[in-house]
Amino acid sequence: MIKMNMLQAINNALITAMTEDEKVMVFGEDVGHFGGVFRATSNLQQQFGKGRCFNTPLTEQGIIGFANGLASQGSVPVAEIQFGDYIFPAFDQIVNETAKFRYRSGGQFTCGTLTIRTPYGGGIAGGLYHSQSPEAFFAHIPGMKIVIPRNPYQAKGLLLASIRDDNPVLFMEPKRLYRASVGEVPEEDYELPLGKAEVVKKGEHITLLAWGAQVEVIEKAAEMAEKDGISCEIIDLRSILPWDAETVSESVKKTGRLLINHEAPQTGGFASEISATVQERCFLYLESPITRVCGLDTPYPLAHEKEYMPDHLKTYEAIKRCVNF
Amino acid sequence: MVNFGGVGYIRGFMVDERNHLSDVGISHKVNVIDKGTVDIPMLQILQPDGSVHSDADMPEIDKEAALKIFRTMHYIRVLDERMVGAQRQGRISFYLACSGEEASIIGSAAALSDNDMIMSQYREQGALAYRGYRTEQFMNQMFSNKLDPNKGRQMPIHYGDKALNFMTISSPLGTQIPQAAGYAYGQKMAGNEALTICYFGEGAASEGDFHAGLNMASVLNCPVIFFCRNNGYAISTPANEQFSGDGIASRGLGYGIKTIRVDGNDVLAVYLATQKAREIALKEHCPVLIEAMTYRLAAHSTSDDPTGYRSKEEEQKWRVKDPVQRFENWMKSKDWLDEEQHKQFVEQTRQEVLAAMKKAEQVDICEIDDLINDVYDAPPWHLKEQLSELKKHISLYPEAYPKTSGRIRHD
Repeated sequence: MIKMNMLQAINNALITAMTEDEKVMVFGEDVGHFGGVFRATSNLQQQFGKGRCFNTPLTEQGIIGFANGLASQGSVPVAEIQFGDYIFPAFDQIVNETAKFRYRSGGQFTCGTLTIRTPYGGGIAGGLYHSQSPEAFFAHIPGMKIVIPRNPYQAKGLLLASIRDDNPVLFMEPKRLYRASVGEVPEEDYELPLGKAEVVKKGEHITLLAWGAQVEVIEKAAEMAEKDGISCEIIDLRSILPWDAETVSESVKKTGRLLINHEAPQTGGFASEISATVQERCFLYLESPITRVCGLDTPYPLAHEKEYMPDHLKTYEAIKRCVNF
Repeated sequence: MVNFGGVGYIRGFMVDERNHLSDVGISHKVNVIDKGTVDIPMLQILQPDGSVHSDADMPEIDKEAALKIFRTMHYIRVLDERMVGAQRQGRISFYLACSGEEASIIGSAAALSDNDMIMSQYREQGALAYRGYRTEQFMNQMFSNKLDPNKGRQMPIHYGDKALNFMTISSPLGTQIPQAAGYAYGQKMAGNEALTICYFGEGAASEGDFHAGLNMASVLNCPVIFFCRNNGYAISTPANEQFSGDGIASRGLGYGIKTIRVDGNDVLAVYLATQKAREIALKEHCPVLIEAMTYRLAAHSTSDDPTGYRSKEEEQKWRVKDPVQRFENWMKSKDWLDEEQHKQFVEQTRQEVLAAMKKAEQVDICEIDDLINDVYDAPPWHLKEQLSELKKHISLYPEAYPKTSGRIRHD
């Protein structure tokens, strides 16, 4: 075990994957010699050569189109989109191509080896186009997997599993935690399972669910609630698609209450999907309406960032409303 | 900065000087560059009557190779004619003929190695036939039956065959262009003596993916042949409403891509151009753009009626440039064509197409389980749940779902 921040853990995972399999190639805008605008790809070009870690022209649809071709050829592309906010030019390649490659060809060709890495999320004064959390757009695409880590240990284990998974994975990295989150990370190779949520803390009165950087927000709210005698069960969803409805439902059947927190706007956000599913599965166990604490249905603002964010205080208040319903 | 023949080395990085402005000439007058400053001529070997231009470069081609090309052209004519008819009869839902463009597609496919990957748009069935796709395979795909490799999921003409290195077609235009760059990069990295050819129409070349793909292929040194079928129309939109530059070829120059313009109705010219392009792409690890000037003699698809947007006179003008007739005349001039044998081949093909069609339409569609297979490598829990619910529902109303209700397996 060594102490690493999330960027170092990601860098370490990429080195592990590239060392193990020469078909792994890392590319995107500024990922080459410079090592990425966040330094996640530091030293990869120096260590593995320009053929396997390279800059691309500034074109997101080109990056993902190129990656789709490379994956269908049998290579293992790890493509970077510099900010999640700029993934939309590649939306057509992802929705109509990446995700449907295997299905439409009857399994003859696939993009299963593709991993798309992208930093996402707010809290860094990024304004409209350096803060978005676009996971719900992608949750509506059959054929994609979506994975979001919450700390360096998760980041390495989930990224290695994503690169080796035989399905295209959108790996979203909470950039607010890139340097802020530091923890013990094994030096050796390990994987964490995709599609599985993790119960971070057991509790009795309410289930709190989040992913990425918001997990620490619900943890903070839970601490406040515990002082009021409310025992919170905390779950990190980790995978948005496919998501672990069983773990979440089991928890809600026990606690009878569910609060979901995400940074993205509320309407059409992934909390809606979870909320509807849990309501179907746990109708007789629910003691209060399922509560969503989300971003507002506005573009992500700059000056009002603090007000926009579904922070621990908003979450704490929602917990109390839910328990006292 | 040290100068090594136009290439500068700055702190260990190789930088093309021109891109850093240091190698750009200076003018003190406003210098407006009008379009058409470069003359891009069209390679033509055969005149419209099939005779050879006296000073033309000739490709090396023997009788056997020429016959294979010639027969594939006729095979496609027969298949197209028959399947347009089948769509009119309501036997298949959709069809798309490639009449007029047979020389572009089959001539270029003939210049490739079987190991080369073909990524196409949708009007390139000739390349697939040349590679050896059989009539029954065409039929199974078009009838969406359970023998269709796509398992009946895609519209007719969306072929794909892994064994023949023919990438499965998808409807979104231009998406295969950057994919071809990536595929070719992978071939190069794997050390394969193979490249990728990427076909698309002049309309698709207006998509952003065209720009992305060509630029990436050029910058990343990908061995790919971009083959544009400039057939004058994108559905109803004539080429002059598609672009105002000098066709598609002129754009290759801007991306630093070696470019050839060829008469797409001259199969020998297309064959030679593609051979040359392949040689360059593999030797120099670079893309080559070929623009084949041709004409879409057919309607865009069976859902289209071209009389609404172009004249019979215009079509007639191109009919006399028919690529199949032109090649036939050349074959005759070489005394390589046994007319009796050829007639027999065409008749046989007609019978074969008809028989294969009758057979394919009798084959069941896939079982309902295949609805959720191949979305992922294995169906996740939510798809299994949805399938199980669907099966229960079909069992409740079997007469409403006649193609699957009799064959449900409840696990």
